[in-house]
Amino acid sequence: MSMINYASREINCKIVYYGPGLGGKTTNLEYVYEKVAPNTRGKLISLATETERTLFFDFLPVDLGSIRGFKTRFHLYTVPGQVYYNASRKLILKGVDGVVFVADSQVDRLDANLESMHNLYENLAQYELDPREIPFVIQYNKRDLPNISSVDELQASLNPGGFSNYEAVATRGVGVFDTLKGVSKRVIKSLS
Amino acid sequence: MAGPSSWSFQESDSHRIDELLRDFLRDSNARCALLVDRSGQLILSVGEPPQFDPAAFASLAAADFSANDQLASMIGEPEFSSLFHQGEKESMYLADVAKRLILVVLFDDRATLGMIRVKVKAVVRELNTIVTEIFEKASADSDTPHLEASWADEVEDEIDRLFGSW
Repeated sequence: MSMINYASREINCKIVYYGPGLGGKTTNLEYVYEKVAPNTRGKLISLATETERTLFFDFLPVDLGSIRGFKTRFHLYTVPGQVYYNASRKLILKGVDGVVFVADSQVDRLDANLESMHNLYENLAQYELDPREIPFVIQYNKRDLPNISSVDELQASLNPGGFSNYEAVATRGVGVFDTLKGVSKRVIKSLS
Repeated sequence: MAGPSSWSFQESDSHRIDELLRDFLRDSNARCALLVDRSGQLILSVGEPPQFDPAAFASLAAADFSANDQLASMIGEPEFSSLFHQGEKESMYLADVAKRLILVVLFDDRATLGMIRVKVKAVVRELNTIVTEIFEKASADSDTPHLEASWADEVEDEIDRLFGSW
């Protein structure tokens, strides 16, 4: 649910990175934070445990500047991936404008990916949203690791709907901005 | 609650709320009042300009309020309609507005909690009416607010420029 604030001439769009635990959602945001010009981004807020697992969410605002008189900004959020943090995940999806599903390409994480995807559909349904009707992209992360599923296998399991997908190695930044560009352009299209 | 997929906040809405909150700040001696939506966006801020990142503050305030909503339902309460966080010098009071927005009031020792409570209750009653009108209007409009296609083209160029070179 995007809000166009005509009073302050601002448009803020909320993009949520979703996916199984340890899949690389926070790493995506950290890479964006490191690479974009400091004057275009705010503080990276991480509500994490002592062992740096996301407890509630990470948050990073990225500013595109003023376009046709409207200050346009993306608010990037991650959710905690661990199964038992579902209440937090649901809260973060409130008002979402676009979703990135960060899948872990490792063979032994396939079930975790499927469970998380199923959970995403369920949680979006509570807000009367469906991934087929909102800007939604999938990122296949950790493509540099041994023992990974092929992209075809991942597509067959996780992406029968044929959403746009990106291969990534988030720790090195590979595919991080392609994914962000993909989802953010879809969000902007949905507003015009 | 399902609502309109998009909504807009007009200058006329802003003026009404701004005036109301200025009176509230004067009567309560609070320093600053912020209106945040439940998804974590700052809608407006009145009073002393905040000395922090307002976008981060709004996202955390919304998360704080939402988490407490869930805690309320777990203990069998329909909601906690207000929250109070006490600091050594600075404190904050958060209150629900029409189940859509959150009023966040920042105050120091020039104001008392009792006075803040009383004045917030009154201003929230008026805000509820205004905000309900805004959302009813958004629901009644068959067209959700849309921006011109040329705006989208320019934003896409900017996305390519900002995110494209990595």
